[in-house]
Amino acid sequence: MQELALRVGGAAGDGIATVGETFCRLLTRQGFYAFGHTGYQSVIRGGHVWFQARGSPERIWSQGDGCDVLYALDRQTVEVHAPTLRPGGVLVFDPEKFSVLPDQVPPKVKILPVPTLQLARKFASEPILQNGVGMGVVSALAGQPLSVLHGILTESLGRKGAVLAQNLSASEAGFRYAKEHFGALDRALPEKGGSPKLLMSGNQAIALGAVAAGLKFLSQYPMTPATSIMHWLAAHAESFHVVVKQAEDELAAINMAIGASHAGVRAMTATSGGGFALMVEAFGMAAMTETPLVVVESQRSGPSTGLPTKTEQGDLQMILGASQGEFPRVVLGPGSVAEAYRETARAFQLAEDWQTPVVVASDLYLSEDVQGLDREDLPTLPTPASLFTVPEPPEGGNGYLRYRDTPSGVSPRAIPGQRGLMFDAGSDEHDESGRLVSDVLSGIPAYVEVRRKMMDKRMRKLSGIRSATNPPTLEGSDPAEITLVGWGSTAMPVRDALALLKGQGVAANYLHVAQPWPLHGEAIVQVLRSAKRTLLIEQNFSGQLGRVITAETGLRFPDTLLKYDGEPFYPWEIVTKVMEVTGRVHR
Amino acid sequence: MKVVYKSQTKATWCPGCGDYGVMAALEMAFKALKLPPHEIVLVSGIGCSSNLPHFFKTYGFHGLHGRAVPVATGIKLANPSLTVVVAGGDGDGYGIGLGHSLHAMRRNLDLTYVVMDNEIYGLTTGQASPTSTLGAKTKSTPLTGVIEAPVNPLALALSAGATFVARAFSGDPKQMADLLVQGIRHKGFALVDVFSPCVTYNHLNTFDYFRSRVYKLESVGHDPTDPVAAFRRTLEWGERIPTGLFYRAERPTYEDLEPALKDGPLPHQRAGFPPDVDPLKEFY
Repeated sequence: MQELALRVGGAAGDGIATVGETFCRLLTRQGFYAFGHTGYQSVIRGGHVWFQARGSPERIWSQGDGCDVLYALDRQTVEVHAPTLRPGGVLVFDPEKFSVLPDQVPPKVKILPVPTLQLARKFASEPILQNGVGMGVVSALAGQPLSVLHGILTESLGRKGAVLAQNLSASEAGFRYAKEHFGALDRALPEKGGSPKLLMSGNQAIALGAVAAGLKFLSQYPMTPATSIMHWLAAHAESFHVVVKQAEDELAAINMAIGASHAGVRAMTATSGGGFALMVEAFGMAAMTETPLVVVESQRSGPSTGLPTKTEQGDLQMILGASQGEFPRVVLGPGSVAEAYRETARAFQLAEDWQTPVVVASDLYLSEDVQGLDREDLPTLPTPASLFTVPEPPEGGNGYLRYRDTPSGVSPRAIPGQRGLMFDAGSDEHDESGRLVSDVLSGIPAYVEVRRKMMDKRMRKLSGIRSATNPPTLEGSDPAEITLVGWGSTAMPVRDALALLKGQGVAANYLHVAQPWPLHGEAIVQVLRSAKRTLLIEQNFSGQLGRVITAETGLRFPDTLLKYDGEPFYPWEIVTKVMEVTGRVHR
Repeated sequence: MKVVYKSQTKATWCPGCGDYGVMAALEMAFKALKLPPHEIVLVSGIGCSSNLPHFFKTYGFHGLHGRAVPVATGIKLANPSLTVVVAGGDGDGYGIGLGHSLHAMRRNLDLTYVVMDNEIYGLTTGQASPTSTLGAKTKSTPLTGVIEAPVNPLALALSAGATFVARAFSGDPKQMADLLVQGIRHKGFALVDVFSPCVTYNHLNTFDYFRSRVYKLESVGHDPTDPVAAFRRTLEWGERIPTGLFYRAERPTYEDLEPALKDGPLPHQRAGFPPDVDPLKEFY
């Protein structure tokens, strides 16, 4: 497969993300599929930050393995990333800052010293302009015309006249320097891929999917890696008519969302594991009051504060066990940026159809990394329907039962402001009308029966949700020698690994459990019983999805690939494990 | 047709509880304001007083301990045309939920918050509350009595930016109803702190205790537009305790300033992307 990967590294504040994102944008605008992965730390200045931008005319799902251009803004970048340079690749650095010895790069990798600071000084005194030079160098190496880069810079810096002019000149100087001293890489991409692609992060896709599904209210407290959902929605709040409320804490955030949903609008909150831990009590209240609610839980490495800027899938068991007592809940684990859009939209539909909380479990890797997409990947959704579905009774009429016991467990929902349908929503146990049975009535035989009936009513939704939703899908070769099993963002590097395995002559497939709860146990048994061999792959220590499958079906996973070091899976890691498990020697 | 605000559900408070006075005053206020019951939402947390929504035939949300204010915030921000009244106790609003109370005040949401302040935890059978008097012996402070200074809710409300700050007493439901009418009418956050004695677990701050101490601010010519005078009055405690309207100010509400609400309540707005907008354009 033809592909090219640029890696850029330096300290926080060096503008690494800008260089990386600009290059991703250049790729998608030229019609290539792209993937942009950020490695950063919990500091505002200093430390080590890097960005990998990968492009290909074919679909790619992850950051891939290795790079072809390493643009190093500091010595540490060379030390950490030079070993990932592939044969034919090139290391770009400024000899004014530090020197590089030939043995610091792998065999068949070239070294291209570029006086980025010196070239930049011709146009401005700010050292940050070295990145203008650097972007020009990278464009030339990738075989892309300068005009595309200039177009992107004009859009992003158009309002800053002088800065734009400096960047245009600096990037041209860099572009010319690379052409004169190096030319293009052997792996350079053709001048045009296909039609232009969208470039989007998982969080942006979540926000878009939410609005497409009718989101009118977001309440959120900032927490990495969920924060950019609020950023995007806040910037679009006026044009899309969405109230975006930064709450004082996560307890307020979820309670506000429940209040807004109760008042008759589609509402969402978003957080990471630590914030979700604070939301747990209200999460159960959404189920008890049968208020539709969507919670985005974008996981990061735990426990506790853990690694705030590193990825993990360690919260599945918390999400499944969150809050006291038992109630129906749905957990979705989207496996790509496009799925993040579609699954978030589906979350709203499920929450509303079943009047219970739905969690969209993302993680730092999916939420913050960017992927190139086609417009068709994000289907237009029908205009969301009004929530006023219960007709107002004639004058003087009553008898409305908000929590009426029905075969599906779902009761017609009235909205405050509707005449004649007044009711109380309560976190206490209540009867069909909403009247408390927790105080003076609890324990009295008739109300012991009410309690059982109301529990049955709510819990009944779970089997309804299971029947109304699709079982997990098998992706890749069929038949296969080995079936990988996972959930959420793991699907992304797995898809790239399946392609690599095919190239190695290994028929493998992947059972993507995009809805960990309620689990489609029978369907999973059917698939896995006929699998020759399985490999459970999860980004956590204990194989949490595997435990759920075992508990629900009795199936066990003798072979596992579990990663909990904060870094995402790399396709080649998965390939290596499959080779080992299938008894091959890794070439 | 006569408008009915009360539900068929009988209040479950102890006989003689101060909360009956609050219930009566609230009903009087609703009647005086002629509010349609279906346009009222009563929101509460957990505690004896938080059962109040069940005794009214309006919309009600009986949520979690300390979290009534954020639920009310969500309801009000979704549909500002509703009259949202939060009801709860001192433990709910000044203890576990104090943070939310202060933030709602600084936002100046158009909410009315009635705190039935009995200086004790009643439903959990008599522990110290954030407003318990220094030295008060309770089940959680049996040896030394309370050794932490009580919260001063009215002084806090003033400093937090509440635009309507009042105190009432369950022994005077007429005054309370009048303050509630003003508070509900007030465009902005209205705190009505009510001395609502617990007859079962608080034998210090009783009806008689308050009856012998309270005086009305209007009887001494207090100017409720003067924040400094108001603050001085909030510090009065002991033999003479003021009730009435401490402070009132005009300031835009949060809802007024929220751009997404310009076209009216959210439930009546269209949802999804506006038809003339391509939301994907910016991603190319």
